[in-house]
Amino acid sequence: MLLMRSILARLVATCVTLFGAAVIVFFVIRVVPGNPIAMMLPPGATEDDIARLQALYGLDKSIFEQFVIWLGGVVQGDFGTSISLRQPVLDLVLGRLPATLELSIMALVIAVIIGGAMALTGTLRRETRTEAAIDVTGGMALSVPDFLWGLVLILLFGVLWPVFHISGRVSPSLDFDFATQFYLFESVLRLRFDVWADLVSHMFMPALALAIPLAAIIAQLLKQSLKETMHLDYVTLARTKGYPEASVITREALPNAVLPTLTLIGVQFTFLIGGTVIIERLFSYEGLGNMAIDAVINRDLPLIQGIVILFALIFTVVNLVVDMTYAALNPRLRHA
Amino acid sequence: MHDARSTMRRPIGLRLWLSGGWVTLLVLGAIFAPLIAPHDPLYQDLFAGRMPPVWVDGADPNFLLGTDSLGRDVLSRILYGARLALTVALVAGVLTCLIGATLGLIAGYYRGWVDMVISRLVDIWMAFPPVLFAILLIAVLGTGLTSIIIAIVVIDWTRFARVVRAEAMTQGTMDYVASAQVAGRTRFGTMLTEILPNVLPTILALLTLEMGIAVIVEAILSFVNLSISTDAPTWGGMIAEGRTSVHQAWWVLVFPLITLFLTVLSFSQLGEGLKDYFDPVLR
Repeated sequence: MLLMRSILARLVATCVTLFGAAVIVFFVIRVVPGNPIAMMLPPGATEDDIARLQALYGLDKSIFEQFVIWLGGVVQGDFGTSISLRQPVLDLVLGRLPATLELSIMALVIAVIIGGAMALTGTLRRETRTEAAIDVTGGMALSVPDFLWGLVLILLFGVLWPVFHISGRVSPSLDFDFATQFYLFESVLRLRFDVWADLVSHMFMPALALAIPLAAIIAQLLKQSLKETMHLDYVTLARTKGYPEASVITREALPNAVLPTLTLIGVQFTFLIGGTVIIERLFSYEGLGNMAIDAVINRDLPLIQGIVILFALIFTVVNLVVDMTYAALNPRLRHA
Repeated sequence: MHDARSTMRRPIGLRLWLSGGWVTLLVLGAIFAPLIAPHDPLYQDLFAGRMPPVWVDGADPNFLLGTDSLGRDVLSRILYGARLALTVALVAGVLTCLIGATLGLIAGYYRGWVDMVISRLVDIWMAFPPVLFAILLIAVLGTGLTSIIIAIVVIDWTRFARVVRAEAMTQGTMDYVASAQVAGRTRFGTMLTEILPNVLPTILALLTLEMGIAVIVEAILSFVNLSISTDAPTWGGMIAEGRTSVHQAWWVLVFPLITLFLTVLSFSQLGEGLKDYFDPVLR
């Protein structure tokens, strides 16, 4: 009962946040001085043409009327029409979303693998030079943001030792018709591993750049919880029974130490998704973030609004899911 | 950048000396750029385009770190770029700190509806990807130094507000605060004389971290060509140019990148060092 009520409260809070985000974006971008309509028309356009086009995009009404119309549309899934690309915003945004999702999830997987390995190794070799080395590496990885790691990776694996592609999502020379926008997923399902390898070669560096700071955070927190758990009686018991240290860590300590890290990963995952904006730009990866920057440069108001709202939706939903997972996994909260 | 705290006791000395040394060097370089820079950072010498740094074959000893495709001196542009980067770090950092910390302090100490409004705003802010938000604001405000600073303040005040609020809340429940109240201090007076001094170390550490973040945001904005005028020397702008010509002239990317990397690392290490230094448990 209490859980239901707290979930309901969280849902309401999420809606308030989303509405607030919508209000801010809508009004902030309407302060833009440049007239997007004037930019769409050829130089010889008359005042009449401009007025007609403005009416077409609803830009002739008052700002509050525009907001109500826009919000009414959004609720029905209509995000308006992109000014620069002249297609429905929803189609454009949904077309790019899979690329960004695949990149983010790949980055998350890499971060969990690297961070987990660092934490486990650090716990196994605690109080040694190995642990100190892991701490120093982690500290450095955390101090520098994904944008800079991306550039470093471009230099290392794109120029110095060119093993990966440094731009795009898929090689244009590759003759393959994708039926969906989930390229990576589709290539596996259709058993085209040559296509899969090409996609991974494009995605690996941007994903790694996004993953490095998160991996360091995971390593730090997971190692800390593991080391705390290692002092508990039941772990000592397992050790006196003669289990090897590595299996004591993975079988006994890990399940109890992992919960705080899971929560943190959830929160940090939203930061990672936010990072895709500039990382996609850096690697010319055709995702939402790259489209967003173009939309801002072209002053494409409907498109910007759609993308920002979608990001806000993803962020709040991820946070909501994290909270609920935490509640479901944590017995203390479940029975409260 | 993150709130995860390391419990490790780290050697503070060397880290702080190295980071402090680099930042000092950079500040001096920025202030005296007109005196030390070997060339005018804007001067284009199309006959000396893409000259490699001096220790590479075919270099011109006049250009220590080489030139870009327009024949502009890389070293001079890095030095002048430091002026913008450090101005943004200082001004945006301090303003963000003032606004964010004040809101956090008020929310955490006064609680009630003020806290509710501020916390709700923080939630809304957290729903925006920061880079996209920054770019959006620049598009609205137009390019230029003031816009960059405003954008950073508008985006990052939550960083201070969240942490300071939490700290002020913990401090507010302490006995010494209650006794200050009993002794007849006003709420506002207690906040300034009792709570603020105890939260100040955290604020200073956050401020140092924020300076590094401001440098990165400025670099990202100039990377997407939304910082200040196009040909002005900025690290992000140099990196953007270097990125496109990385196969022909690696030095155009590498040197500004190293500078930016060390600067961000130094600010971050200084901030972490301050945090450890002020932490009574670690000391």
